[in-house]
Amino acid sequence: MANRNSEAVLQNIDWVLVLLYLVLVTMGWFNIYAAVYNEEYKSIFDTSQSYGMQLVWIVSSLFIAFAILVIDGEFFPSFAYVLYGAFILLLVAVIFAGVEVKGSKSWIGVGGFRIQPAEFAKFATNLAIAKYLSNINIKFEKLSTKIIAAAIFAVPALIIILQNETGSALVYGSFILVLYREGLSGNFLVMGLVMVILFIAALLINENILSIILVVLAACSFFFIRFKLNNALIVGGILIASVAFVYTVDYVFVNILEPHQKKRINVLLGKEVDLKGAGYNVNQSMIAIGSGGLIGKGYLNGTQTKYNYVPEQSTDFIFCTVGEEWGFLGSTIVIGLFVLLLLRLIFLAERQRSTFSRIYGYGLASIIFFHLAINIGMTIGLAPVVGIPLPFFSYGGSSLWSFTILTFIFVRLDAYRFQILR
Amino acid sequence: MNVFSDRKYVISAIFITLASIFLIRIFYIQVLDDSYKLAANDNALRHKIEYPERGVIYDRNGKILVYNEAAYDLMVIPKRVKKIDTLDLCNILEISKQEFTTRLNKLKAQKFSSFRPEIFENEISLETYATLQEKLMKFPGFFVQARTLRKYPLKTAPHALGYVGEVDKKLMESNPYYRMGDNIGLSGIEKSYEKPLRGQRGVKIVMVDVYNREKGSFEDGKYDTASVLGRSLTSSIDADLQEYGERLMQNKIGAIVAIEPSSGEVLAMLSSPSYDPNLLVGRLKKKNYPIMVMDTTKPLYNRATMAKYPPGSTFKLVNALIGQHEGVITETTLFSCSRGFHFGGLTVGCHAHASPVNLRFSITTSCNSYYCNTFKNILQKYPKTAIGFQVWRNHVMSFGLGKKFPIDLPQESSGNVPTIKYYDKYHGAGRWNAITVISLAIGQGEMGVTPLQMANFCTVIANRGWYIPPHLIKKVEGGKIDSIYTKKRYTTVGRPYFDPVVEGMRNVVIAGTGRIAQLDTLTICGKTGTAQNPHGKDHSIFICFAPMNNPKIAIAVYVENAGFGATWAAPIASLMLEKYLRREVKRPELEKRIEDANLLPKKSDWIAKKVKG
Repeated sequence: MANRNSEAVLQNIDWVLVLLYLVLVTMGWFNIYAAVYNEEYKSIFDTSQSYGMQLVWIVSSLFIAFAILVIDGEFFPSFAYVLYGAFILLLVAVIFAGVEVKGSKSWIGVGGFRIQPAEFAKFATNLAIAKYLSNINIKFEKLSTKIIAAAIFAVPALIIILQNETGSALVYGSFILVLYREGLSGNFLVMGLVMVILFIAALLINENILSIILVVLAACSFFFIRFKLNNALIVGGILIASVAFVYTVDYVFVNILEPHQKKRINVLLGKEVDLKGAGYNVNQSMIAIGSGGLIGKGYLNGTQTKYNYVPEQSTDFIFCTVGEEWGFLGSTIVIGLFVLLLLRLIFLAERQRSTFSRIYGYGLASIIFFHLAINIGMTIGLAPVVGIPLPFFSYGGSSLWSFTILTFIFVRLDAYRFQILR
Repeated sequence: MNVFSDRKYVISAIFITLASIFLIRIFYIQVLDDSYKLAANDNALRHKIEYPERGVIYDRNGKILVYNEAAYDLMVIPKRVKKIDTLDLCNILEISKQEFTTRLNKLKAQKFSSFRPEIFENEISLETYATLQEKLMKFPGFFVQARTLRKYPLKTAPHALGYVGEVDKKLMESNPYYRMGDNIGLSGIEKSYEKPLRGQRGVKIVMVDVYNREKGSFEDGKYDTASVLGRSLTSSIDADLQEYGERLMQNKIGAIVAIEPSSGEVLAMLSSPSYDPNLLVGRLKKKNYPIMVMDTTKPLYNRATMAKYPPGSTFKLVNALIGQHEGVITETTLFSCSRGFHFGGLTVGCHAHASPVNLRFSITTSCNSYYCNTFKNILQKYPKTAIGFQVWRNHVMSFGLGKKFPIDLPQESSGNVPTIKYYDKYHGAGRWNAITVISLAIGQGEMGVTPLQMANFCTVIANRGWYIPPHLIKKVEGGKIDSIYTKKRYTTVGRPYFDPVVEGMRNVVIAGTGRIAQLDTLTICGKTGTAQNPHGKDHSIFICFAPMNNPKIAIAVYVENAGFGATWAAPIASLMLEKYLRREVKRPELEKRIEDANLLPKKSDWIAKKVKG
């Protein structure tokens, strides 16, 4: 049975997805080599350097991928909650027993390595959400459904915030796209967008002036919609909520955010220029990418990343190497590959007969999308500096393993699609 | 399939929109906006300037007049300065702790990258350097950088050699070659031969990492330029003679210029008071220059080329030559002299001597009357005074007077031979005549001649009618000297008229006013001068050349406010000749009398004396 099963799996695997995965991982490896290129250790296989280690992570990832492919397809839906529960416990345990690295207590020591459970909790959470939402009795109209679905991803996110890994926690917000696909009102997306705009506006404009502007906008809205009691109540409600939000943002910003977080946001909004402190990374990152020109400086010829002007150049700022050495052409190819991957994931998700598999596929796409948006966004000064890696590219075992697991569970689910009837 | 299936388009659209925004933004910063490329170069490329050593200057016998000596700047990379024993460093540098902090903070604040090396203290002394070198390990962020400074081993010829200093803003604007902190010749030979001396700066572009560590050359040195060493110069100056002259002129104000008649090469050029040129190097210059500028005896002023003095009786030689050429006198013409020249109510006095006077004797005894008559006759030979004056003036100018030569020094005065226009303006056109300007006959009045011009017209007489413009550099390594320094210039006076004048000059030394300059068998020909001036005692002047028939050296000595030419200028000139022609002076008593004499104005105490040390 297992033998026949794995044959079927290999036949039904989506090789396009696997190929995209392999291409991205390989490109990542070569770019890590370029980013930390060291004359003294020229061999790309030298495991004393991060590029040698990345190969170790890549090879081990392939074993993990293979292991996942031979696991029975029914395993993931069946054990979704168990895995989820186990990772929640692990996340809590890390707070007490973890190793502190750069101010965040999110690592645990395993043998000689350190791994970050927050990275792996993503796939467990994705499984749990898929499991919950694939229940045929789910009705999104019910408030309890919304609350439970939100809780599934909010719980790990909150624990991760307690570990002081705000960046990783934000990733869980991407599940809102999954909920949207499964029937959550589009108003939530609009609301999210409005909140982002209001958030930025609240930080740039005095909150009292902003409130007056909002009132004027509300009054103007009646030129476009009929003045009825019902409409008036809706507009009034939105107005009150917005004003409340504006004041909350101000309060949160002033009283709750850490100084370094405030600074990063201020720098992003251009309210503060601090090229030596918080703005240094972004400025150097933009210099590296901006100096790449149309076709780049050529492989291993980048000066900004190779000579350490860009901090974290092999992990969070790996895209700088792409931008500097491969130019606009290379940047387009890399971003293009990611878009291809995302669209392929949507295509694959949509062809699933199983709701579980479809939701899982969307969850995977959303997570990758969020990482892509924040990671590349921060290197070109469009997003705040949040320490999250570029999927498949960035150096690091936890990150690569995590995305490999996330991706190959979906490859496995997809290969299993014909055996599922519902 | 379910009812929300169409939402895949919305989600796809979100993905594609974001990717498009990113690509537009990346296109903007990579392709449209150049500032990031500049910033990247600014980050990672360092233009390392290689300063070639400035050329060495030798004297005519191969002695080094100026060379380069290593100097050390204490550099600092502000960001690397960590946990150092500030007090220890302050003690070594002899600065206060407060001063240290102020300087460091200033450097930290001025540039974006604090990894760039900056000068913390320039030209630290050798002792400081030695102490520091041992302890440098203890002061991370600090290092010592070597550069070169001019060094004058013989401490001689400051006015001729000139000095070097940092370029200022104006210079940088007018000449794009120079950059902040560059050195440039500011006076003397250093200035006029700046280009061959400085060589050509080289630029090496290297890549550096974020810690300012070098990572190799940029694009394999494609954009590098090699530096070209400064060329060495051989000066015409004889360092021994120059030094000797400076010794004789100590505590006197004046100038000496000695020229080799056959080549126009300047053998010695000095202006007194002189100074040790090492005082105007680097750090010392900042301290000493203002003091020397303020000094009333003007030690920085090159009297040899800049000062306009009346030539006094030495100018009679020129009038003797012009008079003969114009045919108003011959070597046998006689004029009587009864204690001077009398015309109408005017008297130009003369000392007691035999009368009447012929040409040779007029030179020997320096008779004023003879030259007043000669000068009057030259001007009156022509129907109009102005025409006669112009003829006379043209002759005078042909001796190299009244205009710049030009010599290869940046500062030179043209002297002054008065023009018709000047007298017309002063007296009114046609309202002046030979008698009005009679003082020109004896080198007084409006005549202004530099010691260099004086030495040159002595050269003209030595050569019997020609000169080569005087110059200080006889050889530029791997180059040629300007052709104007090789071409003879002839005077308007005919060759035969020189013989009686030369013989007269020989008699001056044998039996005339310049007997003190006599030196056994050496056939010195000379002429004394005593110039009246409104600033006090007469200037003492002597010009001479020797040997008479194969002149090797012509010299002019000018001592301000020292009285008769015979008293001071003549013995100094004679000693100089002895030094140059015999290489050894065997008149110790005379030498000592000159050296010991202090002829400085009473109230003046040369401040530069205090400068030394």
